[in-house]
Amino acid sequence: MSAALHAEWTKLRTLPGTGWLLLGVVAATVIISATVSASMGCSSAAACHADVTKLSLTGTYLGQAVVAIVAVLAVGGEYATGMIRTTLAATPRRTTLLAAKAGVVTAVTLVAGTLAVLGSLLAGRLILPGHGYTPANGYPVLSLANGTVLRAGAGTVLYLALIALLSLGIAAVVRDAAVAIGAVLGLLYLFPILTQVAGSPGVARHLQQIGPMTAGLEIQASTGLRSLPIGPWAGLGVLAAWAAAALLAGALVLRLRDA
Amino acid sequence: MPGAPAAAPRPRSSPRPRPRRGRGGFGRVLRAEWTKFRTVRGWVIGVIVAPLVTVGLGYLISSGITCSQGPHPCSAPVGPGGESVTDSFYFVHQALRGNGSITVRVTSLTGTAGPASSGGAGGQGTAGLQPWSKAGILIKAGTTPGSAYAAMLVTAGHGVRMQYDFTGDTAGLPGAASPASPRWLRLTRSGGTVTGYDSADGSHWVRAGTARLPGLPATVQAGLFAASPPPGQGPTAVHAAGPAEATATFDHIGLRGTWPAAVWTGTTAGADSGARQATGGFHRTGGTVTVSGSGDIAPAVGGLDGGMPLAETLTGAFAGLIALAVVAAMFVGAEYQRGLIAVTLAASPRRGQVLAAKAIVIGAVTFAAGLAGAAVAVLVGKRVLHAHGAFVAPASMLTQVRVVAGTAALLAVTAVLALALGSVLRRGADAVTAVIAGIVLPYLLAVATPLLPAAASDWLLRVTPAAAFAVQGTSVRYPQVSNAYLPFFGYYPLPPWTGFAVLCGYTALALALAAVLLRRRDA
Repeated sequence: MSAALHAEWTKLRTLPGTGWLLLGVVAATVIISATVSASMGCSSAAACHADVTKLSLTGTYLGQAVVAIVAVLAVGGEYATGMIRTTLAATPRRTTLLAAKAGVVTAVTLVAGTLAVLGSLLAGRLILPGHGYTPANGYPVLSLANGTVLRAGAGTVLYLALIALLSLGIAAVVRDAAVAIGAVLGLLYLFPILTQVAGSPGVARHLQQIGPMTAGLEIQASTGLRSLPIGPWAGLGVLAAWAAAALLAGALVLRLRDA
Repeated sequence: MPGAPAAAPRPRSSPRPRPRRGRGGFGRVLRAEWTKFRTVRGWVIGVIVAPLVTVGLGYLISSGITCSQGPHPCSAPVGPGGESVTDSFYFVHQALRGNGSITVRVTSLTGTAGPASSGGAGGQGTAGLQPWSKAGILIKAGTTPGSAYAAMLVTAGHGVRMQYDFTGDTAGLPGAASPASPRWLRLTRSGGTVTGYDSADGSHWVRAGTARLPGLPATVQAGLFAASPPPGQGPTAVHAAGPAEATATFDHIGLRGTWPAAVWTGTTAGADSGARQATGGFHRTGGTVTVSGSGDIAPAVGGLDGGMPLAETLTGAFAGLIALAVVAAMFVGAEYQRGLIAVTLAASPRRGQVLAAKAIVIGAVTFAAGLAGAAVAVLVGKRVLHAHGAFVAPASMLTQVRVVAGTAALLAVTAVLALALGSVLRRGADAVTAVIAGIVLPYLLAVATPLLPAAASDWLLRVTPAAAFAVQGTSVRYPQVSNAYLPFFGYYPLPPWTGFAVLCGYTALALALAAVLLRRRDA
């Protein structure tokens, strides 16, 4: 297993695109988060009702797409170049191979995700007080010492790691990076769009509870926790279930199918 | 990958050989690209799946919507122009046979708004008035909701207006009516024409406007009315705040022509047609009549009573868009993945032609698939919604054709954008992500989730390729109706084809960049 991990790490590390993509994860998340924070305005305590923790992490919507690219390329790239045959010759135990890939992709995502979240929260901390989100208006300065902010931040890092695992599993099933990324982003983005037009509030709530992104991102909620369609950690659990199912399907397909 | 292709038809010394002036030319390149496209099973499946998921998801969404559920009402009256309207107000009327006129003086307009203000300073006052609270005189084909009318009215915030047939609105004297500064109003009916006049003193009259109301019956209902739209903006505010009521005081009522009934009747017009509760009443002391009423005589707008936007039947097109973007990105990405690009460029050394041929093939194929998917989704969706009693906002045939053809064009141009980005980035996955992040994600943030502030949503729908979703917009803004004209209700910041042009601009830039890079870079 350690040899497989080392091999996967070497491959991921030496691909020319990986570094840029991980930088992209951080940049996309922080830039969007900072832009959203800067677009907010609050003139008085009564005039604004914003979940500033969630808003200062808005960049996750875009950052997760770049995380998904890193993950699908770890599998899809090998099928594209035919490298997968060499890899499987070197590591014949396919479950071990997938586990090793999951390990290295998760590791780099956790690092990039941590930087992205810290950057976003820092941007929010610096920008929001200048836009009226001051302690005087009932908005304490964003700080990781606050349990809710810490939960949102750490949860977002875990969220990105789970998105990477979900993408990896889907890529192992479909074997093509472009198709896999289409499937992943469709799965993530279509649920909230369908929720918006769902006829009854009950159906809409149910869709939000089972959608990987809608449920998973509830980990960022810091206000109105009682009216959430699903609790923060339960929501992250739903995403974890999606990721586990995708990895399981990927592992089965990898075992059963010729490479 | 190595530079000069091994199979080049010219000596290696010439890096870009002059093309053979053979038969076919560009037609041959086009045919080659078409052959490549149709012989890859996965791509053909993708193009077939895209319209199927568009229709399938549209069907699922439509069948989940019933009359009693969701933010939209079950029905709305339709005005003479075919648009859905709000037509509920308090009407103090009597029959007018043939030609004639009605003249009044309005000395005050006050209002109450909802339960919140009833505990305030005595209830009545200008505090509860909405900018478009209105009262005045009205000549209407009948009390049936949606029937033709012309009115002269005073408003709380927009002066005297002449309004007719719901969409007509012209300004008269500015300022509000008060005992110190009353407003005189007159409507004169002559055949199918109603002319409105206003005056500040009852002797100097100015014509405010003329309405031609075809099909106005010989005997019409004419009299005094009052109405006030509910306060607040957006659906939650409407339901929380409850109805508002406007009260106006009239005197110096002068009637000319044949008024056979000779007695006023009070009617809460449209009480059973709208989603909101209508209230009102009148009382008469000597020559003074006081009329109170809630509701509005105006076009219905999305978010209040306008009905479900037609574009909701096309929500499935997002899945179709993702499928087509994947196919388009792979159409060029696979060439680099498999090394086929070397053969392609050897066979057609004019690289711009290869790119153009690919763009034409993918654009035509995705337009056809998108057109089929969008047309069937709209037809099926409307039929299912009607069967469930849900109410779709009326749209003219031309508008519906624009929505369907616009959606197909949106899918086709998006596919070309994916192709161009695929050629620039040379990796299908990157191109697919860029396209989805550029089109689907802004729509998601600006329209589907209530996360961002309105200004940020507006900005996203102006500058990102998602501006193109304006081609699906069917909701019309009316200056004479206060409303939160949000993208959520189908109001896009840009006009339909302007929004579409934003996407085309991005695509043209990407194609130009792809053409330059394809010429400059080694394949």
